[in-house]
Amino acid sequence: MPRQDGSADQFAVEADKLVKDFGDTRAVDGVSLAVPTGSIYGLLGPNGAGKTTTLRMLIGIIDPSSGSRRVLGRERPLEAAGEVGYLPEERGLYPAMHAREAIAFMGALRGLPLHEGRRRADELLNEHGLAEWAKKPIRSLSKGMAQTVQLLGTIVHRPKLIVLDEPFAGLDAINQGRLEELIRRETRAGATVIFSTHVIAHAERLCERVAIVAKGRVVFDGRVDDARAKLNSIVRLRTRASDGPWRSAFPAGTRREGDEWVFELPAGGPEPLLRALLDGGAGIETLAIERPGLHDAFVAIAGTSAAAAMGQEKPA
Amino acid sequence: MMRFIRSSYVIARRDFGATVLSKAFIFFLLGPLFPLLLGGVFGGIGARVATQTVHPVVAVVSSDGDFARLTKARDDLAAALPDGAVVTLVHYSPEPDLAAEQRQLLASRDPPVRAVLTGGLDKPRLTGAVDEDPGTAAQLRLLIANARSPQHAAPPPLEVTNVRAASGSLAKDRQATALYGQMLLFFLTILLSGMVLSQLIEEKSNKIIEVIAAAVPIDAMFVGKLFAMLAASVVGIIVWISAGALIIQFVKHGGVQTLPTPAVGWWGFLALSIVYFAMNYLLLGAAFLTIGAQASTAREVQTMSMPVTFAQVLIFGFAANTIGDPNSTGAIAAAVFPLSSPMTMLARAAEEPEWWPHLLAICWQALWVAVILRLGSQLFRKTVLKSGPRVKWWRFGRA
Repeated sequence: MPRQDGSADQFAVEADKLVKDFGDTRAVDGVSLAVPTGSIYGLLGPNGAGKTTTLRMLIGIIDPSSGSRRVLGRERPLEAAGEVGYLPEERGLYPAMHAREAIAFMGALRGLPLHEGRRRADELLNEHGLAEWAKKPIRSLSKGMAQTVQLLGTIVHRPKLIVLDEPFAGLDAINQGRLEELIRRETRAGATVIFSTHVIAHAERLCERVAIVAKGRVVFDGRVDDARAKLNSIVRLRTRASDGPWRSAFPAGTRREGDEWVFELPAGGPEPLLRALLDGGAGIETLAIERPGLHDAFVAIAGTSAAAAMGQEKPA
Repeated sequence: MMRFIRSSYVIARRDFGATVLSKAFIFFLLGPLFPLLLGGVFGGIGARVATQTVHPVVAVVSSDGDFARLTKARDDLAAALPDGAVVTLVHYSPEPDLAAEQRQLLASRDPPVRAVLTGGLDKPRLTGAVDEDPGTAAQLRLLIANARSPQHAAPPPLEVTNVRAASGSLAKDRQATALYGQMLLFFLTILLSGMVLSQLIEEKSNKIIEVIAAAVPIDAMFVGKLFAMLAASVVGIIVWISAGALIIQFVKHGGVQTLPTPAVGWWGFLALSIVYFAMNYLLLGAAFLTIGAQASTAREVQTMSMPVTFAQVLIFGFAANTIGDPNSTGAIAAAVFPLSSPMTMLARAAEEPEWWPHLLAICWQALWVAVILRLGSQLFRKTVLKSGPRVKWWRFGRA
C-alpha cells in the first residue's frame, strides 16, 4: 500500500536495517538508506561489499533476512515493478530475440503494451544509432550494442525509479559517456536513479548523494560534498629556502614530499602561516590548496583496504 | 490478479513464440514420423519373413479315404481356431518299402516335413521331430478321433442369433478403449512434458532470470512457462491427431468409428481426453519445472531426465492397474493421487458413464497444479535466488 505520510514523495526508496544472510555468511549487515526522489544516488563500495545484494533486496528479487524497505511508497517492491527499471550486473538477453523485440519484451514485463514497446524501441534504437540493428538477433550484436539494448529495455517503460547495478562495467569510454548522459537525461525527466559502482570517479561525476558500503554496512550516507567535507583541504607549498626557523610555523603533521611541504589547511585559513613564512624569509615559490576528492573521503571513511580494492579498475 | 495473469501471459507468449517459431519445432512435429517409419520398415520386413516362412507339415501316408476323413476333421478344427494354428496335412500314397518312404519324407525340404503319420486311422503311428512341438501329436490325436467318429459327418445343429453388444464384450471393449486412451495420454505426456525440465536453463544461462525476477512474481513466471509449453504441445498434438485421423480413415475400413465406444460417449471422451491431457501435462510439467529449475546446465537436466521418465512409467503403471475395476480401492487411490489422477480418470471415462466424478477430479487436479507451482516457485526462490524466509506452510495460500 502506498504510504500516506508524504515521505513516499520525498524518498523514492527507503531501507531500514536491511540484513541478508546466505547460510553462515552475512552479506548485508543492517543497511539503512533513503534515496531522495529525483536524485542520482550512488552505492559506492568495493567488490563483495554487499552493493548488489542490497539492490536486489531493494527491488524485490530477494527478500531480506530482516529489516524492511519501501520502494515508491510500497512495502512490496514488486507491486511497484511497473514503475521501476532494473539493469542487473550480469547482463542477459535472449540471444535469438531481435533487438527491437528484446526492448519491447522488457517493457512488456513491466506492463507496457507490446505494440507501444515496439514503437518506443524503434525510437530509442534510432536515437542511439542502432536503428539498422533493430531486426537483428541479439547474438549478432557486439557486447557494447547488446548492453545498450538492455539499457534501453530498462528505460523503455519510462520508469520513475531506475536501478543500475555496475552499469559502466565493460563499456568503453564513448559508451560510458553516453550512459552518463542518459542517466542525467532520465533524471532531468523526473526519474530517480540508483546505481552501484566500484569506480569512484563515476560516483563523483554523477551523484548528488552516495552511500559508501563496506563489508555489508553503510559507513557513510549523504551528499558528496558532505563526504568531502569530512576531510580538510590539503595545502602544497614550495618555499625558496629549504630550511630555517620559519619551519616551526608549519602545523603539526606537515610532511615533505619532494620539494613540497604538504599539510592540512589550518582551521584559521592559510594567511597567518603565509605571513609567518614570509616574515621568516622562507620565500614562497608555489602554493596550491587542494579540495579533497571523493577518493580521499572514501579512504578516510571506508579505510585503506577498501580503497585499495576499489582501485582495481580505473574510469575511462 | 490481473497483473499476475498479464505477467504470466507475457512470459508464455515469449516462450510459445520462441518454441513454435523455431526451426527445431519442425523436427518436433515430424518426430512421431520416425517411429511410424521404423514401424513401417520393420513391419514390412516382418511380413515378408512371415509370408516366406513355410510352416512344417505332417506327411500322411494313407489311403485316399482315410486322408479325406482326416482332412475334413482338420478343416472343422481350423475353422474354430486362428489361422495357422492347426497342422498342415499332405497326402502320400503308401509305397512298398514304407520305411524307406518314411525316411525320404523326413529328409524332405519341400515341403519341410516335421512328422510322418502311417498306419491309417486304424493303427496310426506318428514318427518325427515332435518333442519340440508336442501340440502336433495332440492335434493329430484329436483329428484322428474326430475322423474315426461316425457323428463327425453331421455335427450337431446350433442356431446362432447375433446381438449388437453383450455385457461381456462391451466391458472388454471399454477396457480396451480405457487402455488405449491411457496409453495415448501417457505417451503424449512422456514425450512432451520432458521439455519442461529444461525450460529455465535458457534464462539461467543467459542471466535474464534476474531481469524477469525483478519484474514479475516467480509464480507468474512458472505459470507462463508451463502454459507456453502446454500450448506448444497442443499445437503438436493437433497436427499429429489430424494426420493420425486421416491415416485411420484411409487405412481402416469405417475409420475411427470402428473403435470401441467409451461409456461417456465419443464426444464426452474426447472432451475429457483434452482436459485430462492438459491436467496431466500441467501436473507433471509443474513437477518437472520445479525439478528442472534446480539444474544449472543442460547436462544436469539430462541426468535428471532418466529418473523422471521412470517416475512417469511408475505412475502410468499405477493408473493402468485400475483398468477393469474403476471402483476398487486401488482405482480410487490412483484417482486421488494427483499425478496419476488424470490417467486413471480417463480410463474411468471409458468404463463408467457418470460425469460427476470427473468434475470433482478436475477441480482436485487443478488445485494440485496450483499447489505444485506454488511449491516450485518457493523452492526456486529459496534455492536458486537464495531468497525468502523459511517456507511457512500456514501462509501457503497467500500470494
